[in-house]
Amino acid sequence: MTESTGGIDMDEDSEGTVKKFAFVNRKAPYGTVYALESLEVVLISAAFDQDVSLMFIDDGVYELKKGQGTKAIGMKNFSPTYRALEGYDIEKLYVEQESLEERGLTEADLLVDVEVLSRADMAALMEEQDVILSF
Amino acid sequence: MLHIVNKSPLEKNALESCLGHAVAGSTILLIEDGVYAVTKGNKVEAAMKKAMESCTVCALWPDLEARGMQDTVIDGVKQVDYNGFVDLVAESATVQSWL
Repeated sequence: MTESTGGIDMDEDSEGTVKKFAFVNRKAPYGTVYALESLEVVLISAAFDQDVSLMFIDDGVYELKKGQGTKAIGMKNFSPTYRALEGYDIEKLYVEQESLEERGLTEADLLVDVEVLSRADMAALMEEQDVILSF
Repeated sequence: MLHIVNKSPLEKNALESCLGHAVAGSTILLIEDGVYAVTKGNKVEAAMKKAMESCTVCALWPDLEARGMQDTVIDGVKQVDYNGFVDLVAESATVQSWL
């Protein structure tokens, strides 16, 4: 530990440790701030070279709906940011099939390439993670 | 009487409770995440269609458009803007918001 790192442990053992991080997104955009906050933390996590997955279940699937236009409600349309995630090496986006079906949506309604998983597969993916961040 | 619902029908029971209490002739206005209730294929579509047999169902179109749901609205839903929202409130003696 040195003063130049502000007390942060920079020894070699901690460098190279890659953990599996999952962001579990369950909220529709705009009605609450969860979806936008999740996206902000995802972008921050990109700086730490971790194994990041984004999971979209329940109303979270609405975050990826094509055709969002927020001019009339006076809020920022943050949906284009999901398409930019690839540029930050965040490419693992998983969407739950059952959640889409309950909302009359299909993969074709989404604005970015995703992998559609069954609820059972989503549960298994959740079990594999080292860290889960819930939104 | 005007009923206003601003919560997603699949996340909270606000819509379900509203539909259980809205008598024939009522107006139901869906705003914010509440607008998902009047989109085709949603799990509550049948319940909304049933409510529309005896009630007037309105949805705030700026909220539909924000969510990219403007092209999937159930037929027969009256879309209103913010001025229409104000008119509905002004016309109604009482308003119940299902927060």
